[in-house]
Amino acid sequence: MRSAIVTHPLDPAALTAEVANVANGATVVFVGTVRDMNDGRAVTGMEYTAYLPMAERELRRIVEEAAARFGTNDVVVEHRIGELGLGEASVVIAVAHPHRANAYDASRYVIEALKARVPIWKREWYADGERAWVDPTRAAREALAEEPS
Amino acid sequence: MTVTALLFASYADALGRSSVSLTLPPGATVSDALDRLRELPGGSALPPSPLVAINLAFARTNVELSPGDELAVIPPVAGG
Repeated sequence: MRSAIVTHPLDPAALTAEVANVANGATVVFVGTVRDMNDGRAVTGMEYTAYLPMAERELRRIVEEAAARFGTNDVVVEHRIGELGLGEASVVIAVAHPHRANAYDASRYVIEALKARVPIWKREWYADGERAWVDPTRAAREALAEEPS
Repeated sequence: MTVTALLFASYADALGRSSVSLTLPPGATVSDALDRLRELPGGSALPPSPLVAINLAFARTNVELSPGDELAVIPPVAGG
């Protein structure tokens, strides 16, 4: 088990090697990358910031939860912060388990919990020069505000 | 007592700073601290019940603060 928040480019192959173990029949590697479009706007890059001590702590907890819940200690995750270009990896999760179902489920658990709980923020840079913080809750809040009361 | 409020991302932009030292009466809660932050220039950008953490752990807004606490006001997270 290992988790880290780093500023250098991520290496999925290194994380894959880290969870390699002959007892495991399945390895799932998730790579999250910066894409060129969000909500119909052309994106040219991304900037990630974190509340570092808390983000490290939450990420470590998530890995421990996934390990306990899905029965494997072969779980590693790295999240990169700083300025990232299109196509660069912002997060890599590698999970290995004797069987594929648990490997997939643990991988999914880590990314969903990370997105919900780890204090990391990202600012998108748009082609028109504007920059804006991404707010995953905005769509839901706007939908609620539009509901007739 | 004095506590340190930390601001991040859109909240830091709105208030123009990433940390604020707050002097509060004994027994003050997270809500009291948030009210003080809202009185600062740009403070109206803080939502009615933002996510908060005290000393690195998520906390409810009715919790009493202690001297020296680090109170983080956490905008919607967007990792991944």
